[in-house]
This record gives sequence, C-alpha cells and structure tokens, in this order.
Amino acid sequence: MLKIFRDLLRFNLEFAIGTLIVSIIVGLSVLSFFSPYPPEDIYVVAPDVPPSWEYWLGTTSRGQDVFWQMTAALRNTLLFGIAVAAISRVISLTIGLVSGYMGGMTDRVLMSINDTFIIIPLFPILVLFYFVMRDSMSWALLALIMAALGWAYDARLIRSVAMSLRTREFTSQCIFSGMSPRQIMTREHLPYVLPIVFSTTLNNMNWSIGMEVTLSVLGFTDINTPTIGSMLYWANQHTALVAGVWWWIALPVIAVMMLFIGLYLLATALNEYIDPRSRLSRMGGAA
Amino acid sequence: MTLHQLNNHLNSVPETAPTSPALRVDGLKAYYQTRWFGITREVRAVDDITLRIEHDEIYGIAGESSSGKSSLIKTIAGAIRPPLNVVSGSVNFDFGTRKVDLYSLKPEERTAIRWKHLAYIMQGSMSVLNPLRRVRQSFVDFAFRHMGLPMPAFLRAVEEHLLKLHLQPGVLDSYPHELSGGMRQRVVIALATVCRPGFIIADEPTTALDVVVQKSVLTMIREVQREMRASILFVTHDMAVHANLTDRLGIMYAGRLVEEGRTRDLFRNPRHPYTIHLIRSLPRIGDAEPRKGLEGTPPNLADPPPGCRFHPRCPIAMDVCRVVVPPMQSLGGGHRVACHAVTGGTVQ
Amino acid sequence: MSGADTALLDVRGVSRSFWTGGLLSRRRIDAVKDVSFTLTDARPEIFTIIGESGSGKSTLARMILNGMTPTGGSIAFGGEDLTTIRKTRDRMRFMSRVQPIFQNPFESFNPLSKVDRYLTMTARNFTDARSQAETDAASDRALRKVGLSLAEVKDRFPHELSGGQLQRIAIARALIPGPRLIVADEPVSMVDASLRVAIVNLFKDLRDELKVSIIYITHDLATAYYISDRIIIMQKGEVVESGDARAVLDNPQHPYSILLKNSVLSPDVPDDDEPQTIERDRAARSY
Ligand SMILES: Nc1ncnc2c1ncn2[C@@H]1O[C@H](COP(=O)(O)OP(=O)(O)OP(=O)(O)O)[C@@H](O)[C@H]1O
Ligand SMILES: Nc1ncnc2c1ncn2[C@@H]1O[C@H](COP(=O)(O)OP(=O)(O)OP(=O)(O)O)[C@@H](O)[C@H]1O
Ligand code: SF4
Ligand SMILES: [Mg+2]
Ligand SMILES: [Mg+2]
Repeated sequence: MLKIFRDLLRFNLEFAIGTLIVSIIVGLSVLSFFSPYPPEDIYVVAPDVPPSWEYWLGTTSRGQDVFWQMTAALRNTLLFGIAVAAISRVISLTIGLVSGYMGGMTDRVLMSINDTFIIIPLFPILVLFYFVMRDSMSWALLALIMAALGWAYDARLIRSVAMSLRTREFTSQCIFSGMSPRQIMTREHLPYVLPIVFSTTLNNMNWSIGMEVTLSVLGFTDINTPTIGSMLYWANQHTALVAGVWWWIALPVIAVMMLFIGLYLLATALNEYIDPRSRLSRMGGAA
Repeated sequence: MTLHQLNNHLNSVPETAPTSPALRVDGLKAYYQTRWFGITREVRAVDDITLRIEHDEIYGIAGESSSGKSSLIKTIAGAIRPPLNVVSGSVNFDFGTRKVDLYSLKPEERTAIRWKHLAYIMQGSMSVLNPLRRVRQSFVDFAFRHMGLPMPAFLRAVEEHLLKLHLQPGVLDSYPHELSGGMRQRVVIALATVCRPGFIIADEPTTALDVVVQKSVLTMIREVQREMRASILFVTHDMAVHANLTDRLGIMYAGRLVEEGRTRDLFRNPRHPYTIHLIRSLPRIGDAEPRKGLEGTPPNLADPPPGCRFHPRCPIAMDVCRVVVPPMQSLGGGHRVACHAVTGGTVQ
Repeated sequence: MSGADTALLDVRGVSRSFWTGGLLSRRRIDAVKDVSFTLTDARPEIFTIIGESGSGKSTLARMILNGMTPTGGSIAFGGEDLTTIRKTRDRMRFMSRVQPIFQNPFESFNPLSKVDRYLTMTARNFTDARSQAETDAASDRALRKVGLSLAEVKDRFPHELSGGQLQRIAIARALIPGPRLIVADEPVSMVDASLRVAIVNLFKDLRDELKVSIIYITHDLATAYYISDRIIIMQKGEVVESGDARAVLDNPQHPYSILLKNSVLSPDVPDDDEPQTIERDRAARSY
C-alpha cells in the first residue's frame, strides 16, 4: 500500500499535485485547533481590516479574523465531505454488494429503490428539508440527508462488479466451504470493490462540499457553524464585495477551489490506477 | 515429415545451427524473490536453462506440475513482474527483421516487443477476458490497433478466424461467463493469433477442449505456423499432443531441463528416469492396467534437494546423485540428458 | 436396483436453456436437453460425462450442485428434490454430502485471499474441528491425501502456487467434509500425466474405500477408460450414448462417439517417415 502510494507520487504528476494541495488544505484545517479565538464568536477583532501583518488575511465585517475563521471553515467543510462520503459509501457498498450477490427478487427491489434515488431531483428536496426542519437543521443532519441521497450511482457500479464476481468459480468454492453470504460479501467480494469506492469517495466529497456551499450561500442550512459556505453567506449578507471587503469572499473561494481541484486530481489519478483495463495488463503475468 | 525434412531437423540441432536460431536461451535463471520482514524467500522456478528454438520449429515443453514451466514461459515472453526476477542468463530472439536481447531492454520496450512480435497465450488465460465486456469489445481492445484494418473488415476477419476455431460469430455478442470453458479458451487463442504473429508462445492452450475441437485448434495453430513459418513454444501436460505436434521436446523437473531431443526419440527412447516414468504412466483407451503416479512429493523449489533434484524419488539413484548436479550432456542427434546413470557420472 | 429410496442421485429428464445476446440478436440456447441418469447409494461408482465443448456438461454439474435450477425435469439427492433445499440448514447438510471440484484451478480461488482460508473454513463449517489446531489438523490430513502438506500451502496466495498444486488443494478441500458425492468438473486437465494418474487413482480409492460416488467430467478419454464404471457422451446438450464405460469406449455406436474416439491423439509417436498426425489430418479435413 505504502509502496503504491510512493510510486504514484513519483510517476503520476496529477497524483503528486493533488496530494500536495489536499495536504495544504488538511494542514490548514488542523491549524484551526490552535485558533486564538473560538470560531463561532463574533466581534473579537477590529472589523474590516485589510490583510496586514497583524491579520494576515484581514478581518470580516463581523469582527472575525479571516485566516482563523477559514481554518475552522475548512475543517468543518472537509469533515462534512468526509462524513457524507463515509456514510453514503457504507450505504452503497451494502446495497451494491447485497443486490449483486443475491440477485433475483432482492436485486430487483433494491435496484428499483436505487433508480428512484438516481432520478429524484436533489436540490429541491434539500431545500424542502430545510423548510421543514428550519432551526433543528444542523450540520450533522444535513450530512445524513446528503448521504442518504448520494449513494445511488455507486451502488449500481458496485452491483455490476458484484454480479460478475458471483459468476466466478471461486464464489462457488466459497459457498461450498460453508461460508455465509455475509462472509462471502465482506471477506471475498469487498476487496474487489474497495478500489472503486476509494475513487468515488473523492468525487462524492467534491459533490457534497459543492452542495453544502451552494445551500449555505443561499442560507438554506445551519449558518452558525462556520463552513466555507456559511462564511460566504455572511459575506454576502454584509455585501462584502460592494463594501470593498473583497478578502472576505476571495480567500474562502480560493480555498474551496483548491480543495475541489485537489480532490479532483486525486480522483482521476486513482481512477486511472484502478481502471480495470490498465489493471488487467498489470495483473496479466500473475494469471 | 519426409526424410529430407527430417535431415533438416537433424541439422538444426543447436551445436551445428548455421543461422541464428529464432530463440536462444542461455543459462537462464529466474527466481521468485520475496522478502517479508527481512526474511528472504527464493523460489528457484527457472534454474539454469539453456535451449534453442529454430525458425519454423515447434518446440514442446512437458514436465511435472509446478516444475516451473509457466515461469520459464513467462520469462521467455518477457511477461515477468516482481517477485519473479531474472537472476542471470539471457533470452535472445531473432525475428528475422530484428534481433533482440530481451533482458537488455527497458521494461517498456520489452512490452512493446511482446505485443508486436509475440503471441503469448498464458495458462489459465480464460480468466483474462474482462467479465464486464462482451467478447467483441475485447477483440477491439486488444487486436484492432495491431491489425490496421477498418472496423467492418476487422470484424469480418475476426469472424473468419473464429470459424476456423469452430466458434460461431455469435460468441462475439456474449459475455465471458456465458461461454463454456472450452469456448472461452478458444476465444483467447483467437485473440492471440488473429494478428498472425511470428513467434507463438502457448501455455496449456488446449487443456479445456474436447478432443475433436482440440485437434482442429492444433491444426489451426499448425496452419498459422506454416503460413508464417513461425516458431512455436508449446507447453502442455498432454503427452499425446506432444507426440503429434511438436518437433522437439524438453522435459522439465524442479526448475531444470532434464532431457531434450527430437520428440520421437524421447518417446521411443527416453533416457532420464523421470521421462521414462512419465511416458510409462500414460493411460490409453483399451488398456485398463493399473498405473502408478510418482512416489514421494514434488521438491520444494524454495529449498531444492542437492545434487540431482530427482534423487529422492529416483529408483536408480546413486551416491554421486546426492552430491553432484548432473550436467546436460549430449547423446548425439540433438538428444541431451542430465543424468549420472546415463552419462556415467563421475565427479569432475 | 435404482429404486427411488436407494437412489443417491436421481436426475430425471433435466433440461436447461439460456437466453443470450444483445437486444436485437436474442438467441435461445438449449444447454442441456432431457438428461436422465441415476446413481445408487449401495454401489458407489465413478460416473463419467464426456462430450463436446459447450455441450452442457458444466451446466449439468451446476444443476446437480444446486447452484442453478433446471428449466425442465427434476433432480433429487437422497430422495430429496433439490428445489426443496432452500433453508440454510438444509443447504449446509446438502453441501456436507455433495462437494464440487472445478475446472480451472486459477479461477477457483480468490486471487486476493490466501488458499488455506478455504480449507480452514470448510473444516470449521463441516466438521467438529473448532480450534485453529483442529482445523489445521483436518486440513493437513486432507492435503496429505493429495500429496501436499499444510506447511507447503499455508499463508500462500493462489498466484504463488502452480496450477497442479492449486487443483490438488481444491480436491483436498472437497474431501474435508467427507462427502457422499463429488462432482468433479475437469479436475485433471491442468496437471501432469503422472499426477493425473495419481489423482484418478485417488478417485478410485475414494470410491472403493470411502464409498464416495464421483461424477467425473473430462475430455480425457484415456483416464475415463481407466477409471470409470459408467459413461455418458453428450453433444449439443443431449446424451447421445451411455452405458458401461469400457464397452462404450471400446465400441462406440453413435457417429459423434465414433468421431470422438477417432479424434483422440494417441500418445504413440508415428514412424519416422510418416507425417505427424496433425499434419496428415490437414489434407483430409474440411471445415
Ligand atoms: N508469485 C509467486 N511467488 C512465489 N512462488 C511462486 C509464484 N508463482 C509461482 N511460484 C512457484 O513457482 C513454482 C513453479 O510454478 P509454475 O507456475 O511455473 O509451474 P508449472 O510448471 O507451470 O506448473 P503447472 O503445470 O502446474 O502449471 C511453483 O512451485 C510455484 O509454487
Ligand atoms: N450463464 C449462461 N448464460 C448464457 N449461456 C450460457 C450460460 N452458461 C452456459 N451457457 C451456454 O450453455 C452451453 C453449455 O455450456 P457448458 O459450460 O455447460 O458447456 P461444457 O459442456 O461444460 O463445455 P466445456 O467442455 O467447454 O467446459 C454453452 O453454449 C454456453 O454458451
Ligand atoms: S542423476 Fe541420479 S538421481 Fe538423478 S535421475 Fe539420474 S540416476 Fe536418478
Ligand atoms: Mg503452468
Ligand atoms: Mg465445462
């Protein structure tokens, strides 16, 4: 595993750049733990100070230090992405593996649910949720809802792999070794789909972060937890651009763009690595 | 084979070969080297093998299971990857237009050679087909680039080729799991030979076929070979196939070549005790006489026995066998054997 | 002799068809057509199935192993119709009495799992062995019957073993539960001539000493002649000839059986001035 990582770093430029960017972002969000001010508090510093020695990235109209605010926002946004990706991965793995392995009726039922989730329009649903939940809408709840909505594509992908694994002789060998379906799915089939899951995780994070930013900017989420989205929301509320407080908007935007690009590069690099065809040629000699 | 051709063959044994042979393998050693927490484990799957394959010749390899036949083939085809490493020796091809020393090339160049000049059908290669793609797509993926034909003509050529292997064009629309073992095997053979390569390396290509189809597949391979004056390196456990197809035969035991010669000589007059056993153990239709497998267990290639590797199982082992490795020695007529009992082994 | 209550396996008028091809070129394949035979419990035997490649032998084996339901006819094992064996407990009981050996040893082990896992799981699920030491002992006993030992196999991945080694491990695994019936689909096609004899001799011993019946699917007429009691010859899904193995092979009646026998390559080399069989044939052949 480590060796693969090292080789990818050495031979794959996209992977190297992606890793670099993502590490910077992760580093920044770790810094939030050393923030001199609690991130939710307002008016802790002088408002509207442009970038200077004292406030590297300036301060906001709400009297927050943009740099420290951003570290906290990045941390929450990143955690949000990871939470959504992790939860939705678990759902898509379970549904995909079960559906592909069991086949028949189970498969048909699960896949019709799956297809419903693929075609329902996401954005209106999320907005609807906000209007229903209003104040009880929290960061964690939003993550759960997004996860519940974001697993369908991958479940289909995983199902198709699981279906082909089911037809292979080793699966019969497992059955006749007395392994239960659960054991076969988790011990024998899971390792085959994990690479797929790895690469889609990154894309899924991108997707959920994008969604979160959009929703927050429009004010359809819990805007009191600092995230990149809620930072932009407050900046808009204070008409930061008109007021000339550009750093309040520009810096979070740059940060989130970098995060997008970093995750995207990692995803494509990994995708190339695990593409069945290029993997086939790598495995060829072993067969 | 006419007498004239026969003479050609006698003349084409390595020592007297006038032109450079299609394949020259010298002192080849390839080991699986794995290191786990500082403990190195070395499986000597190919140990000091020297052989020649002439142009227009079919060379067969038989031997015990796990004696390293597939490893040798992989090494010759340049299809190795760690932990299998070439420790010493060389593999030289002469493709007519081009001569290459395989292991002096960079890995990428080696891969390019393999795609361009060699057809390599690996063992168990039926599982190479991508389970999620129809057979037609696999053909397009692997062979389209190399054929240089427009798509309709390419597909027509593929269909014709499949017919030669007794496969209906309908298989192109199937997924691999929808085909029987034998059909998949033939699809893979078709994939490897559709581009009409100059050197065919085949590892157990006909094991999953019924005898009728096997015969026609062998005929097809023979035809491609004749047409291209190609050379073939053919590994199979099926001694009957060797008897009927190959010109020369090498027998492997525990990573070493133990006997080599014209297939007919080897069948009529096997000299190495292992070969003798192998030929005797063949069952025939109409003969239900009990036969016995070889006593003892195959040697562990991570820690092979010293001296002759066959000595723990050899019925006529002598003291010298336990100590001295028997060298390959010529018996004339291209027949070579590595056994002290045959060549009157003494310590040199 | 083949009374319903003493039948170990009763295959009655079994058929199986598949739909295949794209949307526009859908074709029906009758893989198995109306096949019947009975194995009796009292007289264990080696029952050989020989036939054209693609004639439905593996499909038939899959149905006998209850991995596929016939589209026509019925199969009963020990008087019990296979379609009634659905509950997990029933299936475990069925599997402890019927075990498979597959065609391609490279396919019958998961490339991502260690091979001894299958042995351990089989021992744990189908025998009294519970502790690691006990399952190891059971695995080792079975491996020794096929000329291997646990020490050689432990902790190794399938790609580290040769085809012959893998096939012997597969046989050893099938022996662990002490089955009544073994369905072996081309079990010796990947092993050398000497080992082939050893394995078919092992089958003979299993029949004579452990009273195990064996369904032996093969393309090797010579070993079929050597060990089988009865034989059926299949072509295009149908049984074209059946009977006592030696009688059928010595004197085949159906045109396909005759063709089959005549196509067998003899392990005798032709005389010096004769062309090789493959070549001789080419002149007479017409596609
Ligand atoms: N990746 C690997 N790591 C370690 N050992 C290996 C590896 N691959 C193969 N071996 C060992 O190398 C030896 C030779 O294997 P190889 O596959 O070449 O045999 P073979 O002659 O082709 O056998 P068969 O006829 O059964 O296919 C075997 O003992 C095998 O266990
Ligand atoms: N899942 C499937 N879907 C569609 N067709 C199938 C499927 N499985 C098998 N077939 C078809 O059924 C026929 C019989 O296949 P089967 O695997 O039983 O043959 P076989 O006698 O075992 O052949 P071989 O000797 O080559 O292994 C073939 O024509 C095959 O294409
Ligand atoms: S060298 Fe000795 S042990 Fe080896 S095969 Fe010859 S007689 Fe037997
Ligand atoms: Mg091999
Ligand atoms: Mg089959």
